[in-house]
Amino acid sequence: MAEFNLPKNSRITEGQRWPAPVGARNTTEFRVYRWNPDDKANPRVDTYTVDRDDCGPMVLDALIWIKNKVDPTLTFRRSCREGICGSCAMNMDGKNGLACTTGIDECGGHKGGKAAKVAIHPLPHMPVIKDLVPDLTRFYAQHASIEPWLKTTTPAPEKEWQQSKDDREKLDGLYECILCACCSTSCPSYWWNGDRYLGPAVLLQAYRWLIDSRDEATGERLDTLEDPFRLYRCHTIMNCANACPKGLNPAKAIAEIKKMMVVRQV
Amino acid sequence: MHNNSSMRTPLGHVRGLGSARSGTGHFWLQRVTAVANVILAMAFVVIVLALVGKPYDAAMALLSHPVVALLMLLFVASGLIHMRLGMQTIIEDYVHGEGTKVLAVMGNTFFTVAVGAASVLAILKIAFGG
Repeated sequence: MAEFNLPKNSRITEGQRWPAPVGARNTTEFRVYRWNPDDKANPRVDTYTVDRDDCGPMVLDALIWIKNKVDPTLTFRRSCREGICGSCAMNMDGKNGLACTTGIDECGGHKGGKAAKVAIHPLPHMPVIKDLVPDLTRFYAQHASIEPWLKTTTPAPEKEWQQSKDDREKLDGLYECILCACCSTSCPSYWWNGDRYLGPAVLLQAYRWLIDSRDEATGERLDTLEDPFRLYRCHTIMNCANACPKGLNPAKAIAEIKKMMVVRQV
Repeated sequence: MHNNSSMRTPLGHVRGLGSARSGTGHFWLQRVTAVANVILAMAFVVIVLALVGKPYDAAMALLSHPVVALLMLLFVASGLIHMRLGMQTIIEDYVHGEGTKVLAVMGNTFFTVAVGAASVLAILKIAFGG
């Protein structure tokens, strides 16, 4: 059955309150999920006070500020700091997003004003490696399982596979996905059945290849997706479209896959 | 089915037993019965409203009319198929033990067939004059 309580060793405790920076007048409190696999302790929430006059406007700026100036043990992933690598995906004030493209004052209900408090957690319902770093092994394996590359039987042309402008445009809204996992980890269906349901990100990627006019394996791709769990766990909850930091709509891509499934049967 | 402690590769784990190559029938039938339910539920409401305040004999007379009986049969059938499909989805969503899941899916079918058979029997009994 669905689990309603966290296992005992996953229950979050109150952590350390780090001293506020001396003399700072413009501050925001960050309550950050911490878990270290080495100390066998339960996860905890540490509180940091960030000097906003000494720190950039984004959540990632604040995390880097904390790591540099307060607590070097704070662990998180980041790379491009401009919303293209997807490394810094995390849950900020209850909403998944990229720390680098989410303004501190945009978090939760603070839109418009200055955030007084921001809660930072790792992407929901994934195993945690440390602090804000989730284990995305299964997510990547699911992506590999849909064989995200061009598959053809026709011998490759001397130059490139050609595609009309109209057909190329069909990939807009799909190719931009950066596989940050914000959508999949916001999806309740993926929380409950993530071992069998492929999740919105992977299904959006699957549709990206299904709709590619150059691909010759559409039928086989549909065959491998046609499954009560792999595909049909999507109940159009729409959290995915709400969470996507790139403004994509995985739920629509999944609906299009379901349409293709019906079209080839009815 | 899935053993997290096995040394299977992540891809092998995800591929698992492969695709069931089914699910579209379930999905499509749920939509078809949903559309049917819109029409049939309206007919059902009209029938019920027509019976408000009527005595027993008048109710029996209306329900034994062939068109009314047919609409009632179709409403029960479509509604129950839709109910069974929806309930199965909920079971698959939330019941994760293989044994309990199979039992729940089976019980769902038994319940639907039992309710359906009783309803059909009642409607036919009235239709053919009790």
